Amino acid sequence: MLRINDLHASIEGKKILNGITLEVNAGEIHAIMGPNGSGKSTLASVIAGKEEYEIESGEILFNNEELTELKPEERAREGVFLAFQYPVEIPGVSNINFLRTALNEKRAHQGLDPMAAKEFLALVKEKAALVQLDDKLKNRSVNEGFSGGEKKRNEIFQMAMLNPKLAVLDETDSGLDIDALRIVAHGVNTLKSAENATIVVTHYQRLLDYIVPDFVHVLYNGKIVKTGSKELALELEEKGYDWIKQELGEEIQA
Amino acid sequence: MGEALTKKNRFLSSLTEGNSTHSYAALKELEHLDFPNRKTEDWRYTRVAPLINKLLRQSAVRPETENFYIPQLQSHKIVFSNGNLIKNEVADNNRITIKKLETSDLLLNSQASIDEIFTTINTAYTHGGIYIHLDKNTILEKPIEIIHLIDGQNTFAQIRKLIVLEQGAEAQIVEGYYSSETGLSFTNAVSEIIVKDNAKLHLDKIQFESEEHWHINSEYVYQESNSNFTINTITLNGGTVRNGLNISVDGNNCETNLNGLYLLKGKQHVDNHTKVDHKQPHCTSSELYKGMIDDQATGVFNGKVFVREDAQKIEAFQQNSNILLSENASMNAKPELEIYADDVKCSHGSTTGQFDDEALFYLKSRGISEKNAHALMAAGFAEDVLVNVTNEFIKLHINKLLKERFNWEL
Ligand SMILES: Nc1ncnc2c1ncn2[C@@H]1O[C@H](COP(=O)(O)OP(=O)(O)O)[C@@H](O)[C@H]1O
Ligand SMILES: [Mg+2]
Repeated sequence: MLRINDLHASIEGKKILNGITLEVNAGEIHAIMGPNGSGKSTLASVIAGKEEYEIESGEILFNNEELTELKPEERAREGVFLAFQYPVEIPGVSNINFLRTALNEKRAHQGLDPMAAKEFLALVKEKAALVQLDDKLKNRSVNEGFSGGEKKRNEIFQMAMLNPKLAVLDETDSGLDIDALRIVAHGVNTLKSAENATIVVTHYQRLLDYIVPDFVHVLYNGKIVKTGSKELALELEEKGYDWIKQELGEEIQA
Repeated sequence: MGEALTKKNRFLSSLTEGNSTHSYAALKELEHLDFPNRKTEDWRYTRVAPLINKLLRQSAVRPETENFYIPQLQSHKIVFSNGNLIKNEVADNNRITIKKLETSDLLLNSQASIDEIFTTINTAYTHGGIYIHLDKNTILEKPIEIIHLIDGQNTFAQIRKLIVLEQGAEAQIVEGYYSSETGLSFTNAVSEIIVKDNAKLHLDKIQFESEEHWHINSEYVYQESNSNFTINTITLNGGTVRNGLNISVDGNNCETNLNGLYLLKGKQHVDNHTKVDHKQPHCTSSELYKGMIDDQATGVFNGKVFVREDAQKIEAFQQNSNILLSENASMNAKPELEIYADDVKCSHGSTTGQFDDEALFYLKSRGISEKNAHALMAAGFAEDVLVNVTNEFIKLHINKLLKERFNWEL
């Protein structure tokens, strides 16, 4: 589904991704872990199409189509979804209006008519229940005045509404207490199918007890330096990121 | 000087034809007044020369007045065509007077000597106006809806309003200014509004004239004790629009709310000048003006607040926020506070910026096109002001005009 080949990217002349290669197939869950500043959010933003980042070389193929040639909105309509590490507050824009617009643009792209109001509201109700999102939040301005946990649940609610093929969850666990973490994980697991794929970006192993990955990648200095099974996450948790640094140091010396 | 005088006389000479009712005092006063020029501080950013150089005329009624009424709104309807009063639904309550304004009404009620040239021209040459009077403790059930239609054939429309709310009276008025065709024309509107003790007036003003139209609107409001005055000025179209709000708060415990929204594109120029004069203590005034400016359009906001020496315990709040959508768009914003009392709370702020890139990316990352993302954010930006339009039908109407003007498909 997603194939990233030797991707190099920079922002404001500062090199951040230094040759990422990653393959994600339908039905898989991949975890990307790494210390702060290693480039996890950058990778997520580059997949979603944030214009500020410059792709210096390499390719991002999504169902064999070059993603970098598509605008962010086109990627989304093709089925790419990014759950933001820091969901943006948009005053005055109601959550529900925003979602209706998004859903209908995606439907138009698929050659479908706008969803009937009744059907839309039923869908909202069903998906909001999945992440136990308070009824009132649907009518409020996008993320405005939401607590940290509500913002993260709102991301998964949007994901549920848009039903993407590839979801990239950027630190959706950070700032969540254990109950909220369970709710979010339950949402993600419910949405998982053999046709879609998920990339879970996280700093901590904790989330992976609830969303069990097929692969764990360690990102360091803009490069995937280690890939393994879910046990790698436990090992990382135990030994800390310094372990990776040391290992790398040895490799460089050797 | 000589040239300026000739221009003034030439401009005015086109107005005198066919007029019977005018105030000779105002005519006399006009001899001493001149049009603002680049040295006139109050008109620094709004140049009237292109208007003064035109030859305009006061046109007759145009019979084909399309339906500009606000859908579903139950209201007392008043219609002006090219400045002529053509429809005047009389209220069924004899405590409410809605009638054609006579020069004598004007002289009787005019409280200020207003030495401003456009206002004086209006006083001198007006040939139609409306007088709205509510007796003591009268509460208007239905809003009064005033429609102004103008055509684009170099028409000069003068409109005069006198609105008097006696003690304890309450009313809501919505004004709509529309062009029935494109082309240059000029609306010179003057309102005198008197809100007496404990009375309450809510005014929504919708400006939707054509892109070549000139519109100068001068409002003189007098508030007495315990009164409440709210005006929402919603400018959705028009070539050059100047709104001058002059509020004299001459009583205790008054509340004054001035809100404005201007969404500009093309070569539009919109200038909002507000002046709130707090003469007495224990009052609050609040101003929120928001604008979005695209293409080569220009906006002006000038908010003056005076707090006189004896006007203690005043709370005056003023905020002006602007979004520039193009490199050639511009905004001139200037708050001016003159405070002579020591126990007051005044705050003002002005910001001019762009749409938040992070927010735009967030919307697009959900599949929303650039155009719709802008529309959503623009509507969101406007909502802060539009929440003050409390009548749902009026608000729906404004939203519909907005969508029409900016091709929003949401
Ligand atoms: N807009 C930006 N401008 C400059 N540097 C940036 C920008 N965004 C991220 N960076 C830098 O890129 C590096 C990687 O950041 P990020 O992708 O957010 O890491 P992570 O998500 O792994 O913590 C950091 O050194 C960060 O400071
Ligand atoms: Mg990050």
